[in-house]
Amino acid sequence: MLFTLAAASLMRHRTRTLLAILGVAVSAAMLLDMVMLSSGMRESFRGLLQGQGFALRLSPKGTLPFDTDATIRDADSLLALIRARPAVIAVSPVLGGQLHVPGSRGVVTSSVLGIIPSVEGDYEVVGGRQPASANEMVANRQLLDALGLHVGDTLHGAAGYDAQLRSLAGERTLRIVGLARFIYMATDQKGAAMPIETLRRMQGESARARISIAMVRLAPGANVDSERVAIAALLPRVTVISIAAALDQVDQRLSYFRQLAVILGAVSLVVGFLLVTTLVTVSVNERIGEIAVMRAIGVQSSRIVLQIVMESGAMMLVAAPMGLVLGLITARYLNSILARFPGVPARLDFFLFQPSAALTALSLLALSGVLAGIYPAWRSASLPIATTLRQEAVG
Amino acid sequence: MSTIVEVRDLVREYPMGEERVAALRGVSFDVDAGDYAAIVGPSGCGKSTLLNLLGVIDRPTSGTVSIAGERVDRLPDARATAFRLTRIGFVFQRFYLMQALSARENVELPLAEVGLKGAARRERAMALLEYVGLAKRERHRPSQLSGGEQQRVAIARALANSPALVLADEPTGELDARTGAEMIDLFARLNADGTTIVVVTHDEELARAARRVIHMRDGVIVGDERAR
Repeated sequence: MLFTLAAASLMRHRTRTLLAILGVAVSAAMLLDMVMLSSGMRESFRGLLQGQGFALRLSPKGTLPFDTDATIRDADSLLALIRARPAVIAVSPVLGGQLHVPGSRGVVTSSVLGIIPSVEGDYEVVGGRQPASANEMVANRQLLDALGLHVGDTLHGAAGYDAQLRSLAGERTLRIVGLARFIYMATDQKGAAMPIETLRRMQGESARARISIAMVRLAPGANVDSERVAIAALLPRVTVISIAAALDQVDQRLSYFRQLAVILGAVSLVVGFLLVTTLVTVSVNERIGEIAVMRAIGVQSSRIVLQIVMESGAMMLVAAPMGLVLGLITARYLNSILARFPGVPARLDFFLFQPSAALTALSLLALSGVLAGIYPAWRSASLPIATTLRQEAVG
Repeated sequence: MSTIVEVRDLVREYPMGEERVAALRGVSFDVDAGDYAAIVGPSGCGKSTLLNLLGVIDRPTSGTVSIAGERVDRLPDARATAFRLTRIGFVFQRFYLMQALSARENVELPLAEVGLKGAARRERAMALLEYVGLAKRERHRPSQLSGGEQQRVAIARALANSPALVLADEPTGELDARTGAEMIDLFARLNADGTTIVVVTHDEELARAARRVIHMRDGVIVGDERAR
């Protein structure tokens, strides 16, 4: 019976109810997006780092991986020390650089990574194969498109290019043997990878035995933190960071994003709350006489409050899934915009959908909506019956 | 014959600015079970205030009200509500039916509140609608019913939980003469079937139909006459 009354009350002013539900859905969508944004980047970044199975990353002292052009010298002997550790099962050195390829429309410049193909963790081969010899390389779709080349073609590239003199340095002919999707590169960034020794030779004497970073894979069950400390003690010229430390650094750098997300999320919650409070208050004020009659014929105040709370709860139940869909669509759109930011890895999601976080956010909104209905409901159910009926009769 | 209503020295004052205005100034009377009393008097004489106090929807400033042997003038809200549900039936001048509910559902509302479920509730509601002559209109919403029909539904609702006392506030006030006469007959039948009724009215026909007429003026009872 209370359900019938609650449903009828919502249906009495359909347009108003629909508008309120849409308002709450928008509010829910915004809240969901902010929750996805606040934790999304961190979790997405964690996924990127963990996905390749490297627990530790080494970079030149005081830097983060690829934060600067700094390199680690005498890297081969350092890497040998790391490989000798029992808990270490693989070490993947990476040397960063640029690949300049002259073409009919000028020189195309791309990022290039020198790697050991058997242990690399920077890209996935989505077509063709890994480089198997010194003169083979892989490239991403962006580079191939820019050059008008395909897997199986050959290119003539250089590690150095003087734009004023238009002269190339460290030239080499390379065969493209695979199509790669780079994990840490930006959406429009052109990229290539080749054996590290090949890139060192192209870069010349200055790159001999140098690396930009190295990634270390540990045996299952190994204590990441104690290995980090041990390697750092072994290699004083190197910064060793674990995934947790990297995430902490990410957290620090992105803290303002999170603050923004929390503030906007709280605003959405308040907006949703106020929206439902306003609607319920208006609706209840219209039914003050009806409520007084219900009280007069013996319906308990708590049951009237329950009926009104059911109304706000029903609105929330309808609005929450709508907000979920709207939030996911919006997040996808915003993600595509933010992913175009320079330097942002294409595979990094700013808005990461996590069912538990979404459930928490929408439950919070639903709860706030239900709470929003309680006060006006309680107030109307507590009005003096005789006075209210007299005023209704006069009105 | 047992006493259903026992009112003693009832005073009800309302604050009006810094003054206090007395709507009732010490009213005492009894109503026996099965009685049919009409309270009459000019507007503002306190008859509706008295009815509200009998219906436990208002509290007196002083004095006592007992209904069916229970003191009700100081009942806490929840107990007063529960008391109204089972012991009092209200009939209002403006019917005050739930517009969202059908005629039958309106009658079912107090039955649902006492926990009567499903078929038993529907059966009881239908029996009451049959009693007031509206069984065929069970699915109609109040807006689809005439004033007289709405008042019949309101009477069926008032009778739902077999109350000790039915209180009616100007039940013919919104009805035309013919429908009002039908309502007077219905009240008479109700009383003949054993229901105790107290009705507040300006309607002389309705007052004449009662077994007893209580006259009020300026917050006091000035006359109490039994029908011959």
